[in-house]
Amino acid sequence: MKKAVQLAAVTAITALALAACGDAPDDSETTTAGGSAAPASDFKACMVSDAGGFDDKSFNESGFNGLNAAKDELGIQVATQESQSESDFAPNIDNLVTEGCNVIVTVGYLLGTATGDAAAANPDVDFAIVDSTAADADGAPIELDNVKPLSFDTAQAAYLAGYVAAGMSKTGTVATFGGVAIPSVSIFMDGFVDGVAKYNEDNGAAVKVLGWDKASQNGSFTGDFEDQSKGQQLTQTFIDQGADIIMPVAGPVGAGALAAARDNEGVSVIWVDSDGALVNPEYADIILTSVMKEIGAAVEDAITTAEAGDFSSEPYVGTLENGGVDLAPFHDFEEQVPQELKDQLDKIREEIISGEIVVESPSSP
Amino acid sequence: MSDQQPVSMDEAPNPRTPDAKPEESGVGRAAQVLREVTTGSFGVTVLAFVLALVIGGILIIAVNEAVITAAGYIFSKPSDFFNAAWTAVSEAYSAMFRGAVFNYDATTAARALKPLTETMTVATPLIIAALGVAVGFRAGLFNIGAQGQVIMGAAIGGYVGFAWDLPVVLHLLLALLGGVLAGGVWAGIAGFLRARTGAHEVIVTIMLNYVALYLVAFLLTTSAFTREGSNQPKSPGVKSTAQLPALLGDQFRLNAGFLVAILAAIVVWWLMTRSTWGFRFRAVGSNPHAARTAGMAVSSSFVLVMVVSGALTGLAGAVQVLGTEKALTGGIAGSIGFDAITVALLGRSKPLGIFFAGLLYAGLNVGGRAMEGATGTPINIVLVIQSLVVLFIAAPPLVRAIFRLPAPNPALAKGVSA
Repeated sequence: MKKAVQLAAVTAITALALAACGDAPDDSETTTAGGSAAPASDFKACMVSDAGGFDDKSFNESGFNGLNAAKDELGIQVATQESQSESDFAPNIDNLVTEGCNVIVTVGYLLGTATGDAAAANPDVDFAIVDSTAADADGAPIELDNVKPLSFDTAQAAYLAGYVAAGMSKTGTVATFGGVAIPSVSIFMDGFVDGVAKYNEDNGAAVKVLGWDKASQNGSFTGDFEDQSKGQQLTQTFIDQGADIIMPVAGPVGAGALAAARDNEGVSVIWVDSDGALVNPEYADIILTSVMKEIGAAVEDAITTAEAGDFSSEPYVGTLENGGVDLAPFHDFEEQVPQELKDQLDKIREEIISGEIVVESPSSP
Repeated sequence: MSDQQPVSMDEAPNPRTPDAKPEESGVGRAAQVLREVTTGSFGVTVLAFVLALVIGGILIIAVNEAVITAAGYIFSKPSDFFNAAWTAVSEAYSAMFRGAVFNYDATTAARALKPLTETMTVATPLIIAALGVAVGFRAGLFNIGAQGQVIMGAAIGGYVGFAWDLPVVLHLLLALLGGVLAGGVWAGIAGFLRARTGAHEVIVTIMLNYVALYLVAFLLTTSAFTREGSNQPKSPGVKSTAQLPALLGDQFRLNAGFLVAILAAIVVWWLMTRSTWGFRFRAVGSNPHAARTAGMAVSSSFVLVMVVSGALTGLAGAVQVLGTEKALTGGIAGSIGFDAITVALLGRSKPLGIFFAGLLYAGLNVGGRAMEGATGTPINIVLVIQSLVVLFIAAPPLVRAIFRLPAPNPALAKGVSA
């Protein structure tokens, strides 16, 4: 009996609490209220991540944000598939074809072959691939009428990052490492190394770069885009060798670099893909700047044109000039970066845009 | 680093010393757990599956946006909540069925049948590797190293496939043989150490998993394993002479590897129930002490069991690289090796059981992906369901308690609860 009273009391309290939360929407409104409400458009845009997942605070997440922006803007339907490993790529793309997607965005260089196969098998579905072109079974790029490559000349922005890193390093040593040795990663490292070299040349300095040798295209990689502890270990190794500014080009693995930098006084990180100080606010005080790729904008644009019926397979290349790549604001470091260095950066940016400086990388799109 | 902890371990025993008391109790307990798991009834498996689906359904409801919205005004309009909940669960599970078995919404016959062929494709390496794990289980050995053996099998099988030039048929057979040998040798190391030094096979095989993983990651940075002019960690494509042929044409991924899996199941059935080796394996597994007394060479059985077990798991790796992936990458094994342990448990370590358990597990996986694409349910929910199935199967007394079933053998039930 006592129990029943208690139960009734709890239920009543819960009922009051919940009832206060909301009233039922009128039937006339229900079309917009529930999550299952019918969107305005029949057009369906879909996306497959690589193994980093959509919450990697890096390029998968940027792409996902682009998809959501397009969904809000155009009122279209969306569907997504998160890959757990490389063997998921092909079946995930195929699932989305089955789901009746009109355009499928695949995120990442590693999906090149799977995208190529699916695009060839489904000529009536449009594809856009971030950081790559469609590829054949051996990984060689192929051109297909229904695949739009969304690539980024990241070396240009990484060049600026290398320049500012060299200018800000107190130990005279900076470092970079990658997740996997693929062109969309090493292009960052090429630009970074060249930017440091440019700073040395302009200022008679001798800042060293650890982790990447541009001439031999060889350097440090953690081996995947998942294991943050490996990023942390590698960063610690660089710090032990004297590096005080580190650029991890490894998606979510970069969080390991942040953790290592947090443990060591005076070490800062250059984030990649998105503005690190905004996506990792708890680490904003050790993120010097970020090499940004506007993947979201490129994805949204590709979906918008596809929805309008204007899909073209012409490759999009993000550059400093069209704003597809850029160096993020310094945020917490705004005061610490000397005005002279900022002026030099502005000048170099102008020179890259005007073509006076050509940032070269074997991985350039 | 190691998120799978081995079962409780007594100090490393040496089976050759006369006073091997600790070993007996350790092996005895392990063997009892294995016996319990492998002899559980089919009914418990089905109930475990149903329970997992029910809990999975609750999770699906909990993360569904429409349901959360409706829960905000549950007391002013409860029907909305229950409708939304029902819609969420039924849509998710029907999407799972469409994605794993038969797509009744498809416009073409090929599209309608594709899900089933996908399930069979994904099941292929799982079945073969689980057969290998089961051979170990039946002989009382925990081969937790299936992952490493799959990786080694894929690496060597793949290497033979993309680096050598051989005539058709012979090339394929040699590539498969390469995988078998690589897996057999890799597991044989653990068996040998167990037999010679008493090093527990669980520890050794877990560590060998890491050795295999990083060994292949290293190999993929060498010029012998990468494509010309590329430093990407991906091998050249397996030559067409070494590929397992597609069974139903190029639009399906289903390949002759599935036939290899059926063949492997038959061979394992014959091995375990009809051959002298199988008798010895089972005798050693059910009571090593008695087997030794009966004059069987227990130590050499350990080596032999591990070699056979590893040969099968290695074959699974070779089949995956030659039939489905067609190129070697660092992530070639996915989680096949660990899933295989689950499938072996699900299938009660019997070839026929494993065959269907592999299909079921693959179906959950393939259907789960479709569920994510069709309804936006996170793929992690599916992983939870898969894990729950295993959890319930590994704890038959729990399932019996929930459904108020009598214990089939009181002595056995008591032994487990003790």
